[in-house]
Amino acid sequence: MTNILPRKDVVIVGLGWTGSILAHELAQEGLDVVAIERGPWRDTATSFNIGVMPDELRFAVRRDLFLQPRTEAITMRNNVDQVALPMRDYGSFLPGNGVGGAGVHWNGQTWRFWDSDFRTRSHLVERYGAQAIEGLTVQDWGVTGAELEEYYDRFEYLCGISGKAGNINGTIQPGGNPFEDPRSRDYPLPPMQMTYGPSLFAEITSGMGLHPFPCPSANLSQNYVNPLGVAMSQCSYCGFCERFGCANYAKASPQTTVLPALMRFSNFEARTLCEVLEVNLAPGGETARGVTYVDSSNEEYFQPADLVLLCAYGLFNVRLMMLSGIGEIYDPQTQTGTVGRNYCYQTNASAKLFFDDKTFNPFIAAGALGQTCDDYNGDAFDHSGLGFVGGSGINCLPTNGRPIETRYLPHHTPRWGSEWKKATAKYYSNTLHFTSQGSSYAARGNYLDLDPTYKDRHGRPLLRMTFDFTDNDVRMSDWVSDRMEDIAKASGAPKYSISRVAKGWNSAVYQSTHNVGGAIMGADPATSAVNPWLQSWDVPNVFVIGASAFPQNTGKNPTGTVGALAFRTARAIREQYLRNPGAALVPR
Amino acid sequence: MLGSASFAALSLKPQAHGATVSGALPWKAFSADPPEPVPEGQRLFFTEAEAELLSAIADRIVPADELSVSASEAGCVTFIDAQLMGSYGSASRLYMNGPFEKGLATQGYQGSQTPAERYRAGLAAIAAHVEAQTPGKAFAAWSADEQDALLKELEADKVTLPDGVDGQAFFELMLKNVMEGFFADPVYGGNRDMAGWKMVGFPGARYDYRPFVGQHNQPYPFDPMSIMGNADWVRKGG
Ligand SMILES: Cc1cc2nc3c(=O)[nH]c(=O)nc-3n(C[C@H](O)[C@H](O)[C@H](O)COP(=O)(O)OP(=O)(O)OC[C@H]3O[C@@H](n4cnc5c(N)ncnc54)[C@H](O)[C@@H]3O)c2cc1C
Ligand code: SF4
Repeated sequence: MTNILPRKDVVIVGLGWTGSILAHELAQEGLDVVAIERGPWRDTATSFNIGVMPDELRFAVRRDLFLQPRTEAITMRNNVDQVALPMRDYGSFLPGNGVGGAGVHWNGQTWRFWDSDFRTRSHLVERYGAQAIEGLTVQDWGVTGAELEEYYDRFEYLCGISGKAGNINGTIQPGGNPFEDPRSRDYPLPPMQMTYGPSLFAEITSGMGLHPFPCPSANLSQNYVNPLGVAMSQCSYCGFCERFGCANYAKASPQTTVLPALMRFSNFEARTLCEVLEVNLAPGGETARGVTYVDSSNEEYFQPADLVLLCAYGLFNVRLMMLSGIGEIYDPQTQTGTVGRNYCYQTNASAKLFFDDKTFNPFIAAGALGQTCDDYNGDAFDHSGLGFVGGSGINCLPTNGRPIETRYLPHHTPRWGSEWKKATAKYYSNTLHFTSQGSSYAARGNYLDLDPTYKDRHGRPLLRMTFDFTDNDVRMSDWVSDRMEDIAKASGAPKYSISRVAKGWNSAVYQSTHNVGGAIMGADPATSAVNPWLQSWDVPNVFVIGASAFPQNTGKNPTGTVGALAFRTARAIREQYLRNPGAALVPR
Repeated sequence: MLGSASFAALSLKPQAHGATVSGALPWKAFSADPPEPVPEGQRLFFTEAEAELLSAIADRIVPADELSVSASEAGCVTFIDAQLMGSYGSASRLYMNGPFEKGLATQGYQGSQTPAERYRAGLAAIAAHVEAQTPGKAFAAWSADEQDALLKELEADKVTLPDGVDGQAFFELMLKNVMEGFFADPVYGGNRDMAGWKMVGFPGARYDYRPFVGQHNQPYPFDPMSIMGNADWVRKGG
């Protein structure tokens, strides 16, 4: 028995980063908006209370705030010859749950992609010839860096991003990232104060001729009032940041930037602890009628709506499209179908420098505090003759010293016993850790579809992820690891170790919650699921917002771009779509 | 928690579960419930023999020396016992639908047993293996070197335990849980007197380091603190 509810103008699936931005923009437009969120209501004073928050076991290890696999799991395999099995616990990535989504417990490293990233295919072919991308299915996004600039600016000012511009309207700024595209103005706040580790990293790398600069951070360097009138505080460098909510109102999240303004609109309503099962299509499959969801007692509801926005996090956007019959599911054999295509991830490696006589105090930290070198990122360097495309940012971002999970030791140290204790006591505060965060370029065999065997608690197929690092990306990361080794040698550290990427993506070891693609944007409906405004090519009153739209991933964290795309879609809905509701913004 | 604007919609179905929020931020003080402190020496899950065996193993993982007390003295067995009684022990968060297949290393743990079941079976298998090696002499009575030798063999997957128990996987589970107990907030029963935190110099739940960010390469001056407060405060408060 499905309960039929009164019609709404807009139904939003998921109230995380993208859902809250879209909800606010459309509530401002005067539309009747309901957001349906799978997890609980969460707010700073109540849920991220300082009396409970600094608890590594509960939040980082047992992962209290995250999506529990029992609610929804995903199956994985490295290639089509293997049988996918469920990730019984999430490991490599950790999706969010509840109001705020993963925006609650993210780090806050907030990047802009470059124009060369948005034109990956045409840029690489122009510069290196078509053979450079052989075997890869990289694509252009259908949007340029210049077009996105004003939306990046909006997201950064919404959040109070703390950083240093590297290029304002074409003029290179000392202390910023010289490789970035022009921006119209500086960040809203100056960079965070640097701890010892990143300062030393900056000293070593600038001595080698590299260009370190402060990572743009959503952990605020100063108090701030954002354009919506929401006040935020200075970060206290507490070191319980990623995987935790911030008790200080100092990390930009939906809670600290949008929700206080959004909740004042009486034409907005949030329904929590309600899971959307599918988008219901009218006969013919070209129009969405609304969504079906269940509440926490499994009671089923139909919420009719004129406009449906999928804001459920990229992976779950893709699964909801597949379960609802929006677009055709990608088939890697025939390379037909668009939903599930170009699933990409992030290609990471790391370096640890072990000193004898330093005190880094790793617990004085924040999720996005540190220094980055973009010298080997994207196409900032000439790839001629290197045998790969893409690149990695090299990041010295010691985000925490939480001792259950963050204890670095030189290779061949025993993992227990008295020798282990000695080494742990010595190196806990003596280790400088930095990483390379690399691009992940699309290939035919990396994709998402529905699992034939494993079901969720409602009996519906789980999402199946088929993914491994491509040969191109392994070569890229390996080359950047050599550059990290150069830094390690230049540092004078008596010992160091480099953990390189290897084939065989391991789903059990945390890497990053940067899952991209699967419902990618583009100018051609044959190779993309959504148009450049993130509107479904197949069902025009459905928009799909999130990193699911990325045709491939860069060597940077996704959320700056996700936020910019959300603002751009909101504007397209307000200024174009609503003039002629239900119509495609780009003809098929 | 029901806002006025939304009440109309949900009042159609007054017994609806889930919550609706509209028109204002909801306020419910301290909805993030603090954890219940685990009392010293509490034992709810393990039998006495199991606790003795696990203590002996844990005390080789973290032996007593000049750097700290041993794992069991720091409460790690009490910690694991409490964890196994709770949602961790019953794997209530995890996806536990079948079919269960062996799986590849890249697919993570694929067993059908919960952590509580793994401890029950794993400790029994180690006890049986020990009994077969040295009848009448329990693991706890072995010399430290003998104990280390068996643990190293388990770690290297060189022992076949009875009843199909995967010795290496069980060793990894114990290693992980002992470390959790040694370094988690003392509220969970381990890390007694913040022994683990003192060993490495982690200040615990301090939460504000602003005065120290610029003090590069200098030791942090204060003792650790738990979310329950500082041991000194507790004593002073009587
Ligand atoms: C530990 C961690 C660290 C990170 N660090 C960074 C970083 O430093 N920089 C960066 O750029 N990015 C980072 N990210 C990624 C960032 O959090 C995400 O990119 C961002 O939150 C995505 O926004 P979203 O709106 O697409 O999804 P979310 O913010 O996750 O929101 C999606 C919401 O949809 C809900 N939902 C899902 N399915 C359903 C359903 N069927 N019915 C109803 N509701 C549903 C979810 O519960 C969730 O609340 C990090 C993520 C994690 C987990
Ligand atoms: S490090 Fe800063 S932003 Fe992050 S949780 Fe702590 S106080 Fe908040």
